[in-house]
Amino acid sequence: MRVPVEWLYEYCAPDLPVQELATRLAMTGTEVDRIEHHGVRALEHFVVGRVLSAQQHPDADRLKVCVVDVGDGEQSQIVCGAPNVAAGQTVAVARPGSVMADGTKLKQAKLRGLESNGMILAEDELGIGSDHAGTMVLDDVLEPGSPLAGVLPLSTDVLELEITPNRPDCLGVYGVAREAHAATGARLRDAPWEQDPGTFDDSDLGVAVVVEARDLCPRFTARAFHDVTIGPSPPWLKARLMACGQRPINNVVDITNYVMLLTAQPMHAFDLDRVEGARLVVRRATKGEQVVTLDDQTRTVDGEVCLIADDAGPTSIGGVMGGNRSEVQDDTTSVLMEAASWDAANIHATSLKLGLRSEASARFEKGLAPEQALDGQAVATKLMLELTGATLVPGTIDVGSGSRPPEPAVLRLRDKRVVGLLGVAITRSQSAMHLQRLGFETAERPDGLDVTVPPWRRNDVTREADLIEEVARLHGVNDQLPTTLPRRRGAVGVLAPAQRLRRRAEDVLVGRGLHEIVGWSFDPPARDDRLRLAAGDPRRAHVVIENPMSEDGANMRTTLLGSLLDVARHNAARGQALRGIFESGRVYLARDSYTRSVTLPHEHHALGALVPGDVFAAKGYLEALLRALRVEGTFASASEPFLHPGRSAAVQIGSHPPTVVGWVGDVHPLVARDWDLAAVAAFEIDLDAVVAAARLVPEYEDLTSFPELREDIAIVVDETVPAATVLDAVRAAGGNLLAHAEVFDVYRGEQIAAGRTSLAIALTFRARDRTLTDADVAPLREKIVKRLAEQLGGELRG
Amino acid sequence: MTQRIAELRAEAEAAISAAAGSAELEQLRVRYLGRKAELPNILRAIATLPPEERGPTGKAANQVRQALEGLIAQRSEQLAGGELEQQLRRDVVDVTLPGAPPQPLGRLHLLTATRREIEDVFLGLGFRIAEGPEVETVYYNFDALNHAPTHPARDRQDTFYVTDDVVLRTHTSPMQIRAMEAQPPPLYLIIPGRVYRRDNDATHTPQFHQIEGLAVDEDITLADLKGTLLAFARAIFGSDREVRLRPHFFPFTEPSVEVDVSCFMAHDSHPPAQRCRVCKDTGWVEILGSGMVDPNVFSYVAEYGYDPEKIQGFAFGMGIERIAMLKHGVPDLRLLYDNDVRFLEQFG
Repeated sequence: MRVPVEWLYEYCAPDLPVQELATRLAMTGTEVDRIEHHGVRALEHFVVGRVLSAQQHPDADRLKVCVVDVGDGEQSQIVCGAPNVAAGQTVAVARPGSVMADGTKLKQAKLRGLESNGMILAEDELGIGSDHAGTMVLDDVLEPGSPLAGVLPLSTDVLELEITPNRPDCLGVYGVAREAHAATGARLRDAPWEQDPGTFDDSDLGVAVVVEARDLCPRFTARAFHDVTIGPSPPWLKARLMACGQRPINNVVDITNYVMLLTAQPMHAFDLDRVEGARLVVRRATKGEQVVTLDDQTRTVDGEVCLIADDAGPTSIGGVMGGNRSEVQDDTTSVLMEAASWDAANIHATSLKLGLRSEASARFEKGLAPEQALDGQAVATKLMLELTGATLVPGTIDVGSGSRPPEPAVLRLRDKRVVGLLGVAITRSQSAMHLQRLGFETAERPDGLDVTVPPWRRNDVTREADLIEEVARLHGVNDQLPTTLPRRRGAVGVLAPAQRLRRRAEDVLVGRGLHEIVGWSFDPPARDDRLRLAAGDPRRAHVVIENPMSEDGANMRTTLLGSLLDVARHNAARGQALRGIFESGRVYLARDSYTRSVTLPHEHHALGALVPGDVFAAKGYLEALLRALRVEGTFASASEPFLHPGRSAAVQIGSHPPTVVGWVGDVHPLVARDWDLAAVAAFEIDLDAVVAAARLVPEYEDLTSFPELREDIAIVVDETVPAATVLDAVRAAGGNLLAHAEVFDVYRGEQIAAGRTSLAIALTFRARDRTLTDADVAPLREKIVKRLAEQLGGELRG
Repeated sequence: MTQRIAELRAEAEAAISAAAGSAELEQLRVRYLGRKAELPNILRAIATLPPEERGPTGKAANQVRQALEGLIAQRSEQLAGGELEQQLRRDVVDVTLPGAPPQPLGRLHLLTATRREIEDVFLGLGFRIAEGPEVETVYYNFDALNHAPTHPARDRQDTFYVTDDVVLRTHTSPMQIRAMEAQPPPLYLIIPGRVYRRDNDATHTPQFHQIEGLAVDEDITLADLKGTLLAFARAIFGSDREVRLRPHFFPFTEPSVEVDVSCFMAHDSHPPAQRCRVCKDTGWVEILGSGMVDPNVFSYVAEYGYDPEKIQGFAFGMGIERIAMLKHGVPDLRLLYDNDVRFLEQFG
């Protein structure tokens, strides 16, 4: 909302610099995005002039050489390109030193060899109109040399306000003036609708209005004007529209816009003679009905859109946009001025459905009070009579339930609630003052105030809390408020175990040299194929966005691998070698079906990494992570469509049976190639599941009182036997005294038979109650060797 | 005999003092004190001497043996010291070469690092951390947070819809309701997480991160909100920061305020012609929205112990991206999502 300060000051003029006023407004809840300047600068160089002579330029067909009286008998030669300039005209003159509305500074110049000491101005050069066809001709009573700023609104600061959706009353200059009054205490002048030249007798306006859709149109008011002369609006009105960012069109249309900008009530002017059958019906559209709106677009509407129709069909989309069939035109002489109230939700829906947002719909969709319709009529009537030469047909059409608005709400504001909620002492009389300045009425009660809500705040202020907000913002939530901390009553801030472990998991990878990335939750649908996911793969069960930013972001990701590959490629393409990356974030899986109690898809927190190298490189990081979390993980050969089939594993936790919580492996060469990557490996785990299996509180184990006994064996088995199977057998045979068994070397080659593998295994024996000797361990070792021979065809090597 | 002992002593002392290395010294030790050396032989042969010579000879030989032993030990130390000196001189390296093997170091993403930093501040203030679903029902995302049916945030232009009743959450606020359903007051929570809005330009990405705060008790005031956010602002942006509350409107708080923090840039250090990148010379920079929980929100969870007449609280929500960018001078939001390693390495 753009509010010209010059216009605002007509109703409330705080004795403050504009910047300070803006700060006061901002600190009381009306956000000021910026302060702009509209119009020209260096006003002292703009004067009224009178053209004494205007002669053809000798060397230019389109230029005239004028001699202009610019006051005090001074005559200035000005070369002018306007076709209409003529001797005797009173004109607006910019002398050298002027700064035009577009910021250019005027200097003395030579035009086709002749000196020119300034410019005779057209409207657009002053920013008070859009007309550039010719010079602006002023009233002849004006004295040459008098300051132009005294005649025309040449210059104003404009407050660019961000009006919050609960305050449609501030989408009008007077509403902002009321805020300025409340924020500064400066006097508020009477509302512009206090004086209404209109009447409410029952005379015939020459048109009938029937509201069929009473729920969608609570109030419809109209007044009729005859003898209207369509023409341009006066400069002061055009200047205000321009400063507000609107293009002047003609006096009647400009009046409708001006009234809306002042009162927040949108208006619409019909050419009364173009209303077919002298009858307007406000009704729901029939499905598929078409309306041609003011912008010349044909719009097809559904049965919930509210139309204004005459006997020839729809003329307007109520509350959104007028139609071109009955709009005011140059030959219009009779005008029907409409001010109505529309159902906010329906206007909002219509505006969305049609993709059509207008200044009117932006106001109606926030909910205007029905009372405001007559406010608009009052101001419009006054301006129609002043500016268009119109005569007013007595009487006002006023139909709909809104013509008898509800009694204003009276809310109790308890003193103790004000203090209790804000934490600062505000007296009852202070509260009353703030509320009264905003247009609320207050009455003393034993525990506080009874507050009557004015119509324009009816939707916004419905509870005590709303009143407290009004008091708080005007009292100064910032300056007056102490800074205290909640008493907390034993609330302890602590990370939940899962949160602590998640941090730990991330920190381990960072500590081992991986960089964390943050990828997109969105997945392009084509990615499933690129990851070679089969038709029934559960990761194809995406949560699908109905209205994505683009088709490439229509799916929610079901794996982190896509993000990781994208980031790896981004960096590789820029010559940045990656040591390895990981992401810790959500994945989303659609469910087969949803019920009353299960309405949302499955989400879990996943952790995935992509590293250069092979499955063992990836597994090394994953094992470090699992160890850090004290989770026993096991690995079993398994395949994933995006991994190398012979070099990938399922990650499992628990036993009887183990639960699969992720995968690890070489990225499939076709996938890696698709992302322009060399050999990379990856893993991804369901971190929620892993963290849930973590041993949170390790219990002390005596490992120091008695030394352990270490021994290595090398065992040769068929190369198809997994090391994990060998170790399982070793552990089973080793019994309680075998504390650890792990593979530390693998050999295949000349020294053993083809098709066989030698595994070097480190055995650690320990007893809780004594120092073990060879005599204890030798039989166990024999038992292990024997078990390996029997179960797995293993032979002791060397 | 004592004469011979004195000669041996003189000879040995001279040789030991002149020894040039540990090996030579060892040879001397063997020559003078070894099993076959003359001096030990003299001592062993004491018994064969006439009784009157035994005492003086034995005494003299022992004295000499002890003296030589001492001398050898002393000389050995001298020599070892010298040899170590030489060794150390030979060991000199160029210490400006890098450590080996290099220990790789990764980095947390700036968003994670910032999130944790903020979390830690609120943990210290007694808040716990809750998380909620990112794919959320319209009920939790809008209805129960008092959004009018026509509130523009509900528009399909602004919000991602999965179905008519399910959206990608547009803020972390739905967890306010879920948390209150799960636990009676008092409640002190922050809720970090990923949120989504249909925006994509220099200052908006369709996905971003927020941290929600919620404190509900019998006597929480707006002044408590101010104090809490002041503590937060000082922890994150510097101990001499101030906060400024500007009244605003949010559907689920009443009163609502936007919160500015005083600019943390050194304003005198840049030329006056250049506007401050952080506050545009206004001295203040907006960091979050907040307010007192609207009674209507409580009425949605009244059955869980949240009677709007008996309890009250504050809520706030901030963008992690914004805090991170302000604090570290990151000029473009999209840098956070490019994940270029040259960016990643600078933070965390």
